[in-house]
Amino acid sequence: MSIAEKIISGDIRSVARLIRDIDDNVPGAKEVLKDLYPSTGKAYVVGITGAPGVGKSTLVDQMVTHLRGAGKTVGVLAVDPTSPFSGGAILGDRVRMQRHSMDEGVFIRSMATRGYFGGITQSTRSAIDVLDAMGKDCIIVETVGVGQDEIDIVQSAHTTIIVLVPGMGDDIQALKAGILEIGDIFVINKDDREGADRTVNDIRLMIEMDEKRYKDGWKPPILTAQAVFDKGVKEILDEIEKHHKHLQSSAQIQSLRNYEKARNDLSEMIKDKIIHDVLDEIIQSGEFEKSLQLILKGEIDPYTACDTIVLKKLKPGNK
Amino acid sequence: MNQKRKIRVLVAKPGLDGHDRGSRIIARAYRDAGFEVVYSGLHQTPEEVVQAAIQEDVDMIGLSSLAGAHMYLFPRVIELLQENGADDIVVCGGGIFPEEDIPKLKKIGIKEIFTPGTPLGAVVNWVEENVKPRDS
Repeated sequence: MSIAEKIISGDIRSVARLIRDIDDNVPGAKEVLKDLYPSTGKAYVVGITGAPGVGKSTLVDQMVTHLRGAGKTVGVLAVDPTSPFSGGAILGDRVRMQRHSMDEGVFIRSMATRGYFGGITQSTRSAIDVLDAMGKDCIIVETVGVGQDEIDIVQSAHTTIIVLVPGMGDDIQALKAGILEIGDIFVINKDDREGADRTVNDIRLMIEMDEKRYKDGWKPPILTAQAVFDKGVKEILDEIEKHHKHLQSSAQIQSLRNYEKARNDLSEMIKDKIIHDVLDEIIQSGEFEKSLQLILKGEIDPYTACDTIVLKKLKPGNK
Repeated sequence: MNQKRKIRVLVAKPGLDGHDRGSRIIARAYRDAGFEVVYSGLHQTPEEVVQAAIQEDVDMIGLSSLAGAHMYLFPRVIELLQENGADDIVVCGGGIFPEEDIPKLKKIGIKEIFTPGTPLGAVVNWVEENVKPRDS
């Protein structure tokens, strides 16, 4: 059996190893992904994002329990940050989800950001495809704990959930652009804390002022929860289901979403390939170091150096 | 960007043992050495440890034990890795062990045992020398 066939038949070891190969940029992994691609597109992908410590992992854990209760198989991808200094990482999201590790209907994988900044990584996108191909009904992607601008998840997920907690900043935060604009569902977790009503109102105001953006008919609901006690979690899943139905409700919504996702996937893949392959070649050819020395000596400015290197690389005939 | 494979390690505490300061310090030292450390938390059964190791595709499992149940828990982890065809994963242990248990644990396949007083650098060096990220 080929690796792709093993994965499609649900072989856990093959799935785990392929995700590792993708992460480590092993050339053969791309070939397997090509074989898997026709088997993708069946899973429903839910993204969970929010600041560190708001309860994303705990919420994911509870959601898995509910989904399993409804007979659905689940894949979880949980992203944690890579150290910019050592390149190492502590991947601790699993701590909250460990009770599912003996359940054969659940596959949990921790991933490190490895220098990516959008909240998820290129390999997370590919790992979604792998879990999709292995036949998981629902894939939950937990982003790294984010701040204001890490919005890559929205292109990869059908439904994006933003988790907030009371008392993080005033209503000015809700006026700002960025992450709060991408939520399909808002969850105010730890709602027993002071200020929960206020946070709900801030988000509500933000949504109400943005009517134009919700003209396709989906206005993000705001839910309150205490994930650790399973309070409000069922309601969140109900809203995901409603959003799912909404996405299916019109061909226009569906084709727009498919277009956006395909466009994003392809452009990210091209970017990634250029960074990996082209930049590596430039560095290995010595061109990079040569220009660096010239910049340090003050003989050339970095803008010109960049133009020269890139032009030489992309249009070799054009000296 | 990622020229070579990164070492992935699972740091786990099997059994009814709540003393996790040591395993957290070890996890941190591994992080600083550039490894990706999956930290799975307290009160794991050997079954859970092995499933996590397989799903996470780690090169090594570091088992922490300070509660005296290592002669049951550690062999069980080794056994389950073999049953699952995952015995290429290196297993080492850290914590408090009676001296006479150490050779027994090594005999059943625990690659190394670290006891109190071992410098962090030595623990990290051992991994670098004895654990190789797997080939494709």
